[in-house]
Amino acid sequence: MTLRFRLNGRDLTVETPAGRRLLDLLREDLGLTGTKEGCGEGECGACTVLVDGKPRLACLTAAIQVEGKDVLTIEGLATAGKLHPLQEAFIATAGVQCGFCTPGLIMAAYALLQENPCPTRDEIRDYLGGNLCRCTGYAQVVEAVERAARELAGR
Amino acid sequence: MRRTGPVEIVRPRDLGEALREVAAGGRPLAGGTDLFVRVRKGTDASPFLVDIGGIADLQGVRETETGVEIGAAATHAQILAHPATERLPVLRLALQTIGSPALRAMGTLGGNLVNASPAGDGLVPLYLLEARVNVIGPGGETSYPVAEFILGPGKTALRPGELVRSITVPWPPDGARAYFRKVGRRRALLIAVASLGALLWLDGETICEARLALGSVAPTVLRPRAVEQALVGQPLAVEALAGLREALSSAVQPISDLRASAGYRRQVAGNLLLDLVSLRSV
Repeated sequence: MTLRFRLNGRDLTVETPAGRRLLDLLREDLGLTGTKEGCGEGECGACTVLVDGKPRLACLTAAIQVEGKDVLTIEGLATAGKLHPLQEAFIATAGVQCGFCTPGLIMAAYALLQENPCPTRDEIRDYLGGNLCRCTGYAQVVEAVERAARELAGR
Repeated sequence: MRRTGPVEIVRPRDLGEALREVAAGGRPLAGGTDLFVRVRKGTDASPFLVDIGGIADLQGVRETETGVEIGAAATHAQILAHPATERLPVLRLALQTIGSPALRAMGTLGGNLVNASPAGDGLVPLYLLEARVNVIGPGGETSYPVAEFILGPGKTALRPGELVRSITVPWPPDGARAYFRKVGRRRALLIAVASLGALLWLDGETICEARLALGSVAPTVLRPRAVEQALVGQPLAVEALAGLREALSSAVQPISDLRASAGYRRQVAGNLLLDLVSLRSV
């Protein structure tokens, strides 16, 4: 099919099978490898992207389901070569170890801050419940989201 | 066999076109949170999928005089955010526990029904609220009480060519206290080992009506009618609830699987009954 959608702020037209996973379309056809495949079954959150502002798992989304929609991936967060405050905060708090879960965590956190700009610690933990990190833990991740929320609120 | 290539998907423009595609053998695709997993594992052999996510007739939540009408393709997140479901706290309590924010933004109550999983968190409140499932197909429209729509694990009353159009959830009688809890190893992304939902009506401290529904402890969600009746006239107190724990444990028909043994599930189901005492302070 001819698929038209908006990706990271740019209108895009691609030829793709309707049932191609959004994850494969992004990574293999469009070269956007920031979105990761963890489990491929919706259990780990590594492939979280935003579709029309809502979090969605790219491994359980078919290309045809984003027809006409607005897709945001980790590659779309930085503007004019400057990292997004969430990305800066993950670096500052060392909320990254191997980094594989990080794009998904940041996209889920981005969705959270859109819905709730000043979340409590419990609200952050709750919202990120679908994103697994197998290296270390979540303390610095939660701290990063709190830090980014403060930074964004101060603007 | 594990499928490697993309599955064929068609996207009908309206309900009529969707019904024709389903009649031609296509499987309705809503959120895809379960169906895509099965398709990739090769355990769903549908020749093609029919994406009903964009069909206006299957969307939305609508408040009526008697309750709420939920479109089959409305997502859990949309149902949770709709003002009408504020009057259905037990539905909100259960839907809030489903998966994760991303899965709630994708998954639908219609999908939960057609999956007919004994562990479907969205099903427990539908049994408690005595919801009806509205089905449309080549023979017209039919409506089933939820307990007659779901026949067993993965089995429903849907006939070939039919799809779920909407779910009618009636307002419960006033004054209900709502309870939902699921038990498992963690909170997020949890498939319940056992879950209990309840609606209790109290006169002072005395229970005057009780509805209970249990998930993951029988082939379908279970309403233990004998225990519901035995609760009537009892005080909402640990001693009274403990007296019915055995009765509830023997009412359930759990299986052993990779998440828990049948015996453990029986015990958890009984123990959950004691937790209804938390409704005293509501």
